[in-house]
Amino acid sequence: MSLNFDSARLPNPHLTNDHNAWREQLRRFIDTEIMPYADDWDEAGHIPIELWPKAAAVGLLGLGYPEAYGGITEGTDIWFGWIAAEEMARIGVGGINASLMVHGIGLPPVINWGSEAMKQAVAPAVLAGEKHISLGITEPGAGSDVAGISTTAVRDGDHYVVNGSKTFITGGMRANWVSTAVRTGGEGAGGVSMLLIPTDAGGFSRTPLTRKQGWWASDTATLYFDNVRVPVKNLIGEENRGFRVIMTNFNGERMGMAASMEAQARVCLEEAVAWASERKTFGQRLADHQVIRHKIAQMKQKINATQAYLRICYESIASGQPNPGDIAMLKVQASETLEFCAREAMQILGGIGYMRGNRVERIYREVRVNAIGGGSEEIMRDLAARQYGI
Amino acid sequence: MKVLVAVKRVVDYNVKVRAKADGSDVDLNNVKMAINPFCEIAVEEAVRLKEAGVASEVVVVSVGEKSCQEQIRTALALGADRGIQVETEGAVEPLVVAKLLKGVVEKEQPQLVILGKQSIDGDNNQTGQMLGALANMAQGTFASEVKVDGDAVSVTREVDGGLQTVKLKLPAIVTTDLRLNEPRYASLPNIMKAKKKQLDVFSPADLGVEVKSHLTQLRVEPPAERQAGIKVASVDELVDKLKNEAKVI
Repeated sequence: MSLNFDSARLPNPHLTNDHNAWREQLRRFIDTEIMPYADDWDEAGHIPIELWPKAAAVGLLGLGYPEAYGGITEGTDIWFGWIAAEEMARIGVGGINASLMVHGIGLPPVINWGSEAMKQAVAPAVLAGEKHISLGITEPGAGSDVAGISTTAVRDGDHYVVNGSKTFITGGMRANWVSTAVRTGGEGAGGVSMLLIPTDAGGFSRTPLTRKQGWWASDTATLYFDNVRVPVKNLIGEENRGFRVIMTNFNGERMGMAASMEAQARVCLEEAVAWASERKTFGQRLADHQVIRHKIAQMKQKINATQAYLRICYESIASGQPNPGDIAMLKVQASETLEFCAREAMQILGGIGYMRGNRVERIYREVRVNAIGGGSEEIMRDLAARQYGI
Repeated sequence: MKVLVAVKRVVDYNVKVRAKADGSDVDLNNVKMAINPFCEIAVEEAVRLKEAGVASEVVVVSVGEKSCQEQIRTALALGADRGIQVETEGAVEPLVVAKLLKGVVEKEQPQLVILGKQSIDGDNNQTGQMLGALANMAQGTFASEVKVDGDAVSVTREVDGGLQTVKLKLPAIVTTDLRLNEPRYASLPNIMKAKKKQLDVFSPADLGVEVKSHLTQLRVEPPAERQAGIKVASVDELVDKLKNEAKVI
């Protein structure tokens, strides 16, 4: 038995023929529509706009969202989402997933907390891949400390007047709407609201952040709000109750990132094993050297642990009892696993791994955005410690 | 016009096939299975005929154990309307498959039957031709283009010398070559819809066919491993090796 992306996946008793069919067809979509161009898109710094409607047609964008708004839920469960995260990670170009699937963090606040009119206006267009939505939380002066944001929204008749800025916003350059955290009340978490801001509103401007370590295919932006007038009906949830909206959003984001990181670690394993089986040094294959064999075993060991932990967390979500502390720690488990596997795979690949255009080199550069975005390892540990009541 | 498409469950083309240690057969334990690629091209062609308004119904049939229903469902997700499984046990020979398909053809009365030219496991390249003879239908094999025109179908065939176009009177049989089309991928909603499509199961007895074996498989062994090549220093050395080692001149 060879060790590759598929064989290194532990058996999951929840998976049925339907799940296998989804994986097979999705992989085919990816291998036809994305894989051949992935490297070029990353170097070019963007993905073509035509990819969104294609991803919508295959069922990728709508998966897990209510059918009433153009989503797909019938006959599906959370394992379909895990498969989608794994298959997108297999591309080995994280920026494509970050950009194509950014509605995964921007849209849930609208779906879960928005008014019926808002849902109808936004969700079907986003899920059809015709329009784009991002999430705007982080500011130049506040990121992990969500309760410390300073972008203000001051009530003026039936509008809010928004002033401030957001930065490191994935999909920000392309977004038609941004689900934005604003301060409508006093200091701290109790003064935060979520507001749906259309990017064609007067006073809104944005600049791209292009010189990133990784995720080149993903557009990242700084957004500026200069007396932007937003109708009060664009409030997502209740006024001054935005903190809860933001917090409930995080579980899904962290699960998706953890699933993606585990699968990226498996890509590193696959590439390292393939090279170690082929490359000869000192008269034998790399894979015959004990020091290399141990690296491979250790990668698999950490990948196994992350997979098992992922399954436990998905099961807890399926049973309706997710534990945010455990999910936060899962994200740390996954980023540490990814960091280790990217490092060891690079060591095994040697010089060839240092050259641009291979998946390991790119994943190596994308480790940090995974370990920081969606909640840094430090914030995750702190959240877990508080969750456990220490 | 009704189109019947035959699909076969085979080892996925990406899998490196291995023989069992005792040499009795190919090792299928934990091996990924899929629709035979040529059969998938047949499904795609039928679905395109339907989308073009030429075909009114696409029926997909597979001969095999219950597990082949997976491949029927895949074909349904790709756009076929209804499925038929003819349930058999173990390996069945092309002649038996052709007889069973003839039974299905008699039941369904399709105007066009599309099959893959061969399956990537046995590589027999026999079933379509045998079905043509048994059902007394015209046949166009190794198709790279299929055009239905009224009660006839033009089939462009890939033959050794180039391309040959034959015009067949319907009902007819077409077997597909690789370049006929590029099969699509199924969307998640279509995978879900496929679960609700009709799938009938027949036994060989229902079709009046007795499953018999005319062949016995003696041994399965992997092909001999190729020796690594060498570089020769001169033409003289090359000639010498061709003469004395390879013994070809």
